[in-house]
Amino acid sequence: MKTLLAGAAIALMGLTQTASADGHANYPERPIMMMVSYGAGGATDFQARIVTMTAGNEDALGMPVAIINKPGAGGRVGWNWLAGQADADGYTLGAYNVPHFIAQSIKGGVEYSTASFEPIANWGADPAVLVVGADSAFNTLQDVVDFAKANPGKLTTSGAGLFVGHHIAALQMEKAGDMKMAYIPTKGGGAAAMKAVIAGDVMAGINNLSDAFRAASAGNVKILAVADLERNEFLPNVPTMMESGLAVDNASVNFRGVMVPKGTPQGIIDKLAATVPMMFENKRVAGKMKAGGSPMHIMNRDEVLAMWAAREGTLKELLAGL
Amino acid sequence: MEFIYYFGDVFTPINFSLLLLGTIGGLILGATPGLSPTMAVALLIPFTFQLEAAQGLILLGAAYTSTVAGGAVSAILLKIPGAPANIATTLDGHAMALKGEGAKALQLSFLSSAVGGVFGVLLLIFLTPVLAKWALAFGPSHLFWLAILGVTVIGSLDSNSVVKGLLSGCIGLWLATIGFDDIMGAQRFIFHPSLGGGINIIAALIGLFAIPQVITMFAKGRKNDGSEAIKVQKYPIKSAIAEMMRNKRALGIGTLTGSIIGLIPGVGGQIAGLVAYDQSKKFSSDRDKFGTGHPEGLIAAESANNAMVGPSLVPLLTLSIPGSPTAAVLLGGLLIHGIFPGTDLFDNHPDVAWTFINSMLIGQILMCIFGLYVAGMAARVAQVPQSMMAAIVLGLAVFGSYSVQSSMGDVYVMATLGVMMYFLERFGFSAAPLVLGLILGPIAESNFIQGSMIATATDGLAPYFFGGPLNIFLIAIVVVSIFYSAYMELRSRRYTSKEEIMA
Repeated sequence: MKTLLAGAAIALMGLTQTASADGHANYPERPIMMMVSYGAGGATDFQARIVTMTAGNEDALGMPVAIINKPGAGGRVGWNWLAGQADADGYTLGAYNVPHFIAQSIKGGVEYSTASFEPIANWGADPAVLVVGADSAFNTLQDVVDFAKANPGKLTTSGAGLFVGHHIAALQMEKAGDMKMAYIPTKGGGAAAMKAVIAGDVMAGINNLSDAFRAASAGNVKILAVADLERNEFLPNVPTMMESGLAVDNASVNFRGVMVPKGTPQGIIDKLAATVPMMFENKRVAGKMKAGGSPMHIMNRDEVLAMWAAREGTLKELLAGL
Repeated sequence: MEFIYYFGDVFTPINFSLLLLGTIGGLILGATPGLSPTMAVALLIPFTFQLEAAQGLILLGAAYTSTVAGGAVSAILLKIPGAPANIATTLDGHAMALKGEGAKALQLSFLSSAVGGVFGVLLLIFLTPVLAKWALAFGPSHLFWLAILGVTVIGSLDSNSVVKGLLSGCIGLWLATIGFDDIMGAQRFIFHPSLGGGINIIAALIGLFAIPQVITMFAKGRKNDGSEAIKVQKYPIKSAIAEMMRNKRALGIGTLTGSIIGLIPGVGGQIAGLVAYDQSKKFSSDRDKFGTGHPEGLIAAESANNAMVGPSLVPLLTLSIPGSPTAAVLLGGLLIHGIFPGTDLFDNHPDVAWTFINSMLIGQILMCIFGLYVAGMAARVAQVPQSMMAAIVLGLAVFGSYSVQSSMGDVYVMATLGVMMYFLERFGFSAAPLVLGLILGPIAESNFIQGSMIATATDGLAPYFFGGPLNIFLIAIVVVSIFYSAYMELRSRRYTSKEEIMA
């Protein structure tokens, strides 16, 4: 038995050696797993499933990508796992949400930072938007700002939690407008925050563009402004916050993409970085994403590296006072 | 009456076979401990990518309906609730199975599930616009009082002594605080990475209910050869129907409570069964028999948890807000086909909307038919020797708790809580109040903090939490519930003997 085991071990070592000797030309040789740190049915999970559905095609990775959900604590559980426990062998990918994981790593209490991961490519950008109920007296961003300035700390504004894009946008709005809002984080994520706006529990809300777009087309909310650098293709009539006179940039935009744990062989990272953006550009993927109201924004590895670094700087400054 | 027009679509060969597939598959998945309705629906989502929108939703709707009912199978035969919705089913259902009435319990549970379920879907069909307003009426202060109402039930639930019930409720409330708190950003009682996300309710459920059973079975299996399997008497379906009709009050209370509570976003599904169980106990003339295998308790619990299915979809279908995790998964199933729930769904895709709703109606009936067939076979399951059964249940428990979030941490949590519960049970504590504390803790806490944040920013705490007709109504029920329990406790006061305390 012992010799058998030893033999198997040697054979395995031989296998891994041949695999790395040829510069990972045959990668991937088996299906790949992608960890999503939010539950099944959430926006990140939903989009991750769409953008990876063509992975098995010959012109993409040639192997299917299986989504595995590790939800909990606003994404911390999944990212802790990816940074600390996942195998860095190229067969374990992870989905990232910026600014969430960067903000969490700045606030501490987690086992990861931007240095723990290597980005591969970005697939989506979901800006934060300011919404009010359909029958609200507010009709423009200026109305909201005027109210907040006249009544410091009285403007109740719901969002999906602390240190997520919604919270960052609220902090930026307060800073830019030199005003005080009452940010109300909800436990049930964006859906609960949206419910609070529609039901009139709060006066305003900051939510994902994709979810707000659905709620607005159902006639339940008004979207007053987008926290991004330019107007969004889904909402050509909604101004950006900057256009409305509030100096809020795109630091709160929820970027979603693929990364791998640090230590993944460079050959595999290069191969993934070359193929994955092309996989995202597939027409079927784009069609499904558009139908689901999810804005796409494809970025390659270098662009994502630059974006992460820029975000980290902005967030450190913004969260320093908290 | 628009829905009748689309009934034909449910019976096309492909749609109907998908409906059958979803129903049978759902029953099997639901009966597996740890596979909650949410997970079952999530597992099926990738299959719907290839189907047309209506077909995909038929599959998902049928699976949702029948997993909720299927959870009763393991709750009754093994005392392991498949999902939080089935906790109340274990109380009388498993007691009936121990008395040899397993088949009867299963038949009653499927029949009352069908009655509750059909009523819930009819509500969805006819009253959706009205119900949508009602679902929105519950703000943080109301949800807080609702959770407190749930807390008043804890003491009297499945326990010989109110004090022990309250104590295990407190353990549950404490366990619920573990993890990262999303509202205040605090970390509480995290001593190990597996606890970072808090205690997962499904993993806790499996541990608390299944592990003490497994340990007991192993202990018994050592003493004898395990031939002492549960006997199951055959029970004619006709008498089961008659039995259900005799308990109209429990059926009515269960169905109504389930429909009303199921509507409330974020709360409904988990506590509908328990609240219905408690209410029918309070209104019953045989309240002493509850917990000893009394059909009334089983009927109330099961009719409630299926009645909740239809109304729980109201916030999703009308307002595009998923009110429960399962609804969130269904939302994904709609979006993948480019259909936005809300007015878009009913105005532009009535064929999808009504075919989906109709298939849930037919699904309830199919679920009942297949369920009754399963009940007939229950005898064979119960004849498995205990030592083998223990191994099977242990395997399922590990599999179930791992698969919820693909996390080994959840398996550790399940095992730890299970061993703890084994010893607690030996001292007369029971699992149901503990789980109820675990479920209600976060609801009460987060809504209180949110409410107080809103209140301090607006008109102050007292007017926010005590003002408004709905708040006052809920507070009144809380007060009545407390006084009623205290009165009943005093009236039927038994001085617990020392033997009973030690038992």
